[in-house]
Amino acid sequence: MTDDRRRAGPQAETDVLVLGGGPAGGWAALAAAGAGARVVLADKGYHGTSGATAPSNTGTWCVPPGEARAEAVERRWQRTHGLADRRWMHRTVDRAYANLLQLVEWGYAFPRDDQGNLYVANLRGPDYMHFLRRKVKAAGVTILDHHPALELLSDGDAVTGAAGLSRRSGEDWRIHAGAVVLATGGCAFFERLMGGGGLTGDGYLMAAEAGAALSGMEFTGKYTLAPHDSSLNKGLPYRWASFHRQDGTPILDSKGRPLTNGIGGTDHELARALLDGPVFARLDLAEPAMQDWLRRGQPNCFLPYDRRGIDPFTQLFRVDLTAEGTVRGTGGIRLAGDDCATEVPGLYAAGDAASRENVTGASSGGGAVNASWAMASGWFAGAGAARHARLRGMRRAAGQALGQAGLRPAAAARPVDHAALVEALRAETIPLDRNFFRTGDGLAAGRERLEGVWAEIRDHLSAEGAERLRAREIASVAASARWSLAAAEMRRESRGVHRRADLPETDAAWTRRITVSGLDRVEARPDFPATQAQERAS
Amino acid sequence: MIEIVSESRCIRCDICVRVCPANVFDKDDEGLPVIARQQDCQTCYLCEIYCPTDARFVAERASGPVPVTEAQIEAAGLFGSYARALGWSRGRAGGSDRDPTMHIRVAQV
Ligand SMILES: Cc1cc2nc3c(=O)[nH]c(=O)nc-3n(C[C@H](O)[C@H](O)[C@H](O)COP(=O)(O)OP(=O)(O)OC[C@H]3O[C@@H](n4cnc5c(N)ncnc54)[C@H](O)[C@@H]3O)c2cc1C
Ligand code: SF4
Ligand code: SF4
Repeated sequence: MTDDRRRAGPQAETDVLVLGGGPAGGWAALAAAGAGARVVLADKGYHGTSGATAPSNTGTWCVPPGEARAEAVERRWQRTHGLADRRWMHRTVDRAYANLLQLVEWGYAFPRDDQGNLYVANLRGPDYMHFLRRKVKAAGVTILDHHPALELLSDGDAVTGAAGLSRRSGEDWRIHAGAVVLATGGCAFFERLMGGGGLTGDGYLMAAEAGAALSGMEFTGKYTLAPHDSSLNKGLPYRWASFHRQDGTPILDSKGRPLTNGIGGTDHELARALLDGPVFARLDLAEPAMQDWLRRGQPNCFLPYDRRGIDPFTQLFRVDLTAEGTVRGTGGIRLAGDDCATEVPGLYAAGDAASRENVTGASSGGGAVNASWAMASGWFAGAGAARHARLRGMRRAAGQALGQAGLRPAAAARPVDHAALVEALRAETIPLDRNFFRTGDGLAAGRERLEGVWAEIRDHLSAEGAERLRAREIASVAASARWSLAAAEMRRESRGVHRRADLPETDAAWTRRITVSGLDRVEARPDFPATQAQERAS
Repeated sequence: MIEIVSESRCIRCDICVRVCPANVFDKDDEGLPVIARQQDCQTCYLCEIYCPTDARFVAERASGPVPVTEAQIEAAGLFGSYARALGWSRGRAGGSDRDPTMHIRVAQV
C-alpha cells in the first residue's frame, strides 16, 4: 500500500471526531457539540440502525436523585463482585438520569405507567436510535455513514485524527481532529448476535496501536439464550421458560429440580445441559397477561417463532447460548480520567469500547447498567474531548497513521484464508467448554494456538480497497481474543462472568483488576486491589 | 437473513440501501436494491421497518439462506409484520409510547 494512496480521498478537519454511532457515540457527539466543538461522527454502518442497541429494547439503570439513590447504588455494587467503583456508579446513574430527562424534554415518545407517569427506564432501540440521530443532526454534527475507521493518526504526542474508508464509494478518508472519541462498541468475536455484525473490537486494536491499555478483558464469559440459529439473544422471555430435551423430558438442575427461568442465575445449569445435548424451551410459565406484554413489548423476540410457525407458549423450540464477548461482558479500553480519557492524550473511550468495570465490576450489566453507561460515558467523553481540543488547538497535518496488523503486514503480504482465521478465532472464544467453563490448561493451550493465528495475521494479512475493513476486523478480533485469554489465565479464581472450572472459588486476594496491553507481546498485570485503588483516587 | 425484496412493492426510494448497517445492498440500473452481500446480513430486521412499502422480508435463520418465495410471504401476510407489531408505519417510527415492557420488567424480578 503506497502512502500516496492513503493520502488520497477526502481530507477534513474538525475539533472532535467520534468513531462509532451507537448510543455512546451519539451522546458523545451531542455533548461535544453542546460544548461548542465542531463534530464529525463516522460510523461503520448507519448511525441509527448500527450497533447493539438499535435492534434491541434496552432497559436502563434509572434512579432519580434523592435518598433512595445511595441505596440503589449500594445494592448494585453488591452485585459487581467487588470490582466496581461506587463513585463512578454514582456519577453514571446521575448523568444517565439527566440524559433521560433530556429525552423527555425533547419529546421522545416514552410510554406512561398505570398512574399516568412517563416510564423512562426503558428505551426501544429502533425508536431511540432513530430519534437520537435526528438530535445529533440538529446539533450540527456531520454524520458520515458507512465510513468505518481503520486506524488512528498521531503526531507522536497525541492522537490527532483517524483514517478509514467509505464503503459505498470505496474511497479513503482522513480526518484531522483536536481529539478522538472511540465509541466503536464491544467485540462479539464473530458471533451472530443482535446488532453484532460490525462489533469486532476495532476500537480496542486502534487504541492499543496508539499505546492505550485494556482492562477487564477476562470478563467475556457472558452468554444469553436465543432460539437456535437466530439472531435473537434477548433473555427476557426466558424468565418464563421451562427447559427440556427434544422428547419433552424436563431437564433437571443440579439439585434435581426441573430447570426454569433462563435469566435467574441458571446459566451454568443451562451451559452444562447444552454440553450434554440439544436443549429445548417452552415459555409455558407466562400467564396470558404476560404473554400479551411479551408479544407487544418484545416483538422481535417472536419473529423467529412466527416465521417458523411455532407457538412458543405451548410448543418446544430449540435454544442455544449465544456468546456475547464484551457487548454484554465487561472488558474494554482502560480509562484514566473522569472525562473518559484514555492513557493516550487526545484519545477518549465510551460505551462498550471502554472497560465497564467501574460500574459493573465482574458482572454483565446487561438489562440496565450497560445502556446507562453508554449514555453517561458518551457524555463524559464528548465533553472531555471538546475540552481537550479547545485547550490544545489544532496542530495541522502532523498525522502519522498507526495501523499495523491487517493493514501493513510485517512481512510479505500473501493470500490468507479469511474464513479459516475466523473459525480459528471463534474456536477459542465461543464454545461453552472453552470459554464458559475455563481451565488453566485450556487457556494456556488456547493462547499458544492464538499466537500462531496472530503471527499469520501480523505478518501476511493485507487487503485492497473495501476488503481492508474485513482484514482489520479479523485483526481486531484476534487481538481481543489474545487479551481475553491472557487475562483469563492470569485470574486464578472464579469471579462473575469469569468461571474457572479448575478454580471454582472466589479468592479475596484477587479483588483487583487486570490490565492487558501490547500487540506483539501481550502483557497482563494485576492492578492495585480495588479498595486501595479507590483510596488513591479519592 | 434478508431473503426477499419485492420488485412489485418496491418504489426504489433507496432507503434500505442507506440504512442497512451491514451494507448488504447494491442498486441495479433501475434503482432496485439487489442483495449483493447476503452473508454480511446481521438479521437485525431493521430494513423491514424502514421500508415505506413493506417490500422486504428477513428470514429468521441467522447463519445462512432459507428457501422462501415472495408468493409464500405474501400468502402468509408476513410483509410488514414486524413494523405493524412495533407500530411503525410506511417507514415512519411510532408505537414506542404504547410499549408495555415496563410490566415485564416489574414482573421479572
Ligand atoms: C440483544 C441485546 C440486548 C441488550 N439489552 C440491553 C438492555 O436491556 N439493557 C442494557 O443496559 N444493555 C443492553 N444491551 C447492551 C447494550 O446494547 C450495549 O451496552 C450498548 O449498545 C453499547 O452502546 P455503544 O454505543 O457503546 O455500542 P453499540 O451500540 O454497539 O455501537 C457501536 C457502533 O460503533 C460502530 N463501529 C464499530 N466499529 C467501527 C469502526 N471501525 N469505525 C466506525 N464505527 C465503528 C458500529 O457500527 C456501531 O454503530 C444489550 C445488548 C444486546 C446485544
Ligand atoms: S426501502 Fe423499500 S421501497 Fe425503498 S428501495 Fe428499499 S425495498 Fe424499495
Ligand atoms: S436485516 Fe439488517 S443487516 Fe440484514 S439486510 Fe436488513 S438491515 Fe441489513
